[in-house]
Amino acid sequence: MLLFTASRALRAALTILFVMTFAFVVLRLSGDPALLIMSVDAPPEAIKAFREAWGLERPIWEQYLSYIGHAFTGDFGKSMRDGRPAIDLVMERVPATLAITLPALALKVGLGIPAGVYAALHRNSFADRMTMAVSVAGFTMPSFVLALLLVLLFSVNLGWLPASGADSPTYAILPIITLGASGAAIMARFTRSAMLEVLGQPYIRAASAKGVEWRRVISHHALPNAAIPTVTIIGFMIGSLVAGAVVVESVFAWPGIGRLLVSAVANRDLAVVQAILMVIATWMVLANFTVDMAYGWLDPRVRGTAAAH
Amino acid sequence: MSMTLLEATGLRRHYQVRAGRGPFGAKAVLRAVDGVSLSLKPGRTLGLVGESGCGKSTTGKLVLGFIPPTAGTVRYRGTDMPPAGTPAWRALRPRMQMVYQDPLGALDRRLPVGVQIMEPLAIHGAKSPAEQRDRAAGVMAAVGLQMHQFDRYPHELSGGQRQRVVLARALMTEPDLLVCDEPISALDVSIQAQVVNLLLDLQDQMGIAYLFISHDLKVVRQVSHEVAVMYLGRIVEQGEAEDLFARPLHPYTRALVSAIPVLGPRRERLLLQGDPPNPVDVPSGCSFHTRCPFATAACRAETPALRTLPDGRQVACHRVEEPALQVAA
Amino acid sequence: MTAPLVEVTGLTVDFERDGRSSRAVDGVDLAIAPGEALGIVGESGSGKSVTWLAALGLLPARARVGGSVRIDKQQLIGAAPKVLEGVRGKRIAMIFQDPSSCLNPVHRIGWQLVEALKLHRGLDGAAAEAATLRLLDQVGIADARRRLGDFPHQLSGGLNQRVMIAMALAGEPDLLIADEPTTALDATIQAQILALLASIRRDTGMALVLISHDLGVVAENVNRVAVMYAGRLVEEAMGQDLFGAARHPYTQGLLAALPTLTGPRRRLAAIPGTVPEPGKAPPGCAFAPRCPLAEPRCQSEPPPVRHVGLMHRAACHLQIDVGVSAWNLPRAAE
Repeated sequence: MLLFTASRALRAALTILFVMTFAFVVLRLSGDPALLIMSVDAPPEAIKAFREAWGLERPIWEQYLSYIGHAFTGDFGKSMRDGRPAIDLVMERVPATLAITLPALALKVGLGIPAGVYAALHRNSFADRMTMAVSVAGFTMPSFVLALLLVLLFSVNLGWLPASGADSPTYAILPIITLGASGAAIMARFTRSAMLEVLGQPYIRAASAKGVEWRRVISHHALPNAAIPTVTIIGFMIGSLVAGAVVVESVFAWPGIGRLLVSAVANRDLAVVQAILMVIATWMVLANFTVDMAYGWLDPRVRGTAAAH
Repeated sequence: MSMTLLEATGLRRHYQVRAGRGPFGAKAVLRAVDGVSLSLKPGRTLGLVGESGCGKSTTGKLVLGFIPPTAGTVRYRGTDMPPAGTPAWRALRPRMQMVYQDPLGALDRRLPVGVQIMEPLAIHGAKSPAEQRDRAAGVMAAVGLQMHQFDRYPHELSGGQRQRVVLARALMTEPDLLVCDEPISALDVSIQAQVVNLLLDLQDQMGIAYLFISHDLKVVRQVSHEVAVMYLGRIVEQGEAEDLFARPLHPYTRALVSAIPVLGPRRERLLLQGDPPNPVDVPSGCSFHTRCPFATAACRAETPALRTLPDGRQVACHRVEEPALQVAA
Repeated sequence: MTAPLVEVTGLTVDFERDGRSSRAVDGVDLAIAPGEALGIVGESGSGKSVTWLAALGLLPARARVGGSVRIDKQQLIGAAPKVLEGVRGKRIAMIFQDPSSCLNPVHRIGWQLVEALKLHRGLDGAAAEAATLRLLDQVGIADARRRLGDFPHQLSGGLNQRVMIAMALAGEPDLLIADEPTTALDATIQAQILALLASIRRDTGMALVLISHDLGVVAENVNRVAVMYAGRLVEEAMGQDLFGAARHPYTQGLLAALPTLTGPRRRLAAIPGTVPEPGKAPPGCAFAPRCPLAEPRCQSEPPPVRHVGLMHRAACHLQIDVGVSAWNLPRAAE
């Protein structure tokens, strides 16, 4: 078990390093920040000064090593726009994003899983077909379309909820519903197919043949097995807690990481973009790590021989 | 006496496996095939029997060069088998074909069976489409398929018919060796007999040699001239088919033969204890000693070689000639 | 003759799919006496397994089951879920073909055994653990205490089947239905499991229905044999009568198609054609298209099940004499 954990941790660290490298290379390849920030017709001396100030005149590999080296100490450089440490800018936006993504996650899991289980248990019933139709609509519709529809209905027509901004908790309601609805649809679909797969397994019939009542067959024999594939999807969703709201935050003018990313990219604020990518990557990797651990806990076959003996 | 068609000597196939988990898990060697020698004459059948995991299927793939051996050689008509993937090896492919257990898995469900039957000629031979079709018609007739089935898709045929399609495809290049890996195990009892009879007829007509791999001793006895019994990657006994089943000598063969339920009067049964050992952790000495009712200290220490007895039977057992064993049988 | 323990009368099963219905079991009559061992032989699609899944209400909802299955006086077809749950595992237990996939992969062996003991004997805690160890001992599992903490994937197929048998014994059932219990196992392990079933029957007096495609397995382990084809019972007799003097052309063909392990090798007598697909059996005798003796009435009229000897029934229009094989008679005109 220890080896299993250690190997997963090593893999996680390598993934983060890879993402950092990738972000660095892509951002440097995509244009000279000095020209973009200072505009092309700025005086050459000013551009030279800017480059020196940000270390852009040094060889690329030197820049890379210094970037990685500083990153290890938690220093991601300063925002090229306002000079504050990039990581601080990013971290202060995290609570706002979590304020909409966490309730949305609760909605996805709390609505999606029961709906999926219900649909699987009543396969081909009217309720099953309805659930699946709603779920198809839910995940084929792009989130900005859903967001605009919700705004039209609840803000423009009914006037119940504010359409954009973040002045009070009511402002969070529409972003949460927008994020939660499509996730719940995906969750319902995956849960349904995981459950149907499990219900077709010989051990379900064998449990019934043993005399176990049907409710208990579902709760004690089917659900623990259906939970295993579902965990992958929940893992994805946890992974997107930080970065999954880019579009929705932009539509609703919600001051989270997503909006920061959009503006930082538009401004070519390299340090901020790198810091955001770093935070997102770290979070994703942590989420994946947790999923792997959850697998080991839920599925004894993954725990393997090392854990059993 | 005709020359030897296929001769395999000292074939080994070992796999590196992880006994533990993760990249730091302990490594171990799985000896799937551990020193198998066999030879096959044209038009003859060698049956290869044993329980799951004994290495019989791996042996089949090794002799065709589908997987490279860890050690050992395969000679075809007196010359070494060229390494897999080389032009020389590909040139030999039409001479040797493989027939698998699951005909549906071996066929492409999107293509009519006729197209699939002609496929080997399209790959190996330079025949015109008309000639290919003529040959396919001939082969289909030989395996008992009708021409109107040429345009059918695999799922439109029954299990027995699909296995005939697989056989027809294998026969297109007029091979002189077929390796059949559990060719009838997926078929219903009443269909198995049809395919067994077909295999025997094809051998009579075309002089094909079979390496017939199966766990079904009765079917192996029905089709084989000679039978080799495998246990944990080695041949433990080999001999003439009827004689071997009537008078098994190795304790494992005896247990295996006596374990087969039969219709007639009930026979004395030699019941083995426990499961076969894990092929990653093969017991020392004679690998059967952990389940053998006759094992002695010598059996635990020393691996018995496969030796030929005066009557021609080959057995790998230290104690096979001892009277004690004869009585116990 | 003793009163039957289980009596199946006119059992039918239809599967509905895409608005079409196909018949999988077509009017099966069977009776099992207390302590008796009955073998059921048939090829795929013969309805040999479906018959017993239907009896225990274990078929999916799209199956329509008709007819009657009684244990003592209790009717099982159409019975309430509570009634069926009281019968399953307690009066009639069932084990299946692939033991490793019939045990729940996420629960320990001990957990699964205790669940059955709690259900059928109300045992809990230490009493349940002691009973679990006794059961594992009864099915010949050495080192039982350690096995309790194992998961099914850590055990071999043979050991898993022993665990399944132990679980079936937890309810001390009157009848065990073993559906191809050794088909997925190697020959030497099959011999162990069949020997175990025989010794349990000796000790407990439990009745056994042994479902198998392997005539040899059935011949060695039961008193009486029923042969099914395309959802119907075609012949039923005591073992020695069925294997020695079969009267139905299908049974005769099946026996002639089997290779033997001893004696001179002869060419196998293969039954031509294939088993009809479910729901596509002809209106008359389902075997008529493959039967060497089929007459016009065989194509149109289903043959009645008739007594052809002492405790020997066959469903054939033609009354084939004892010792005569349909496959050696001169062929009827094509």
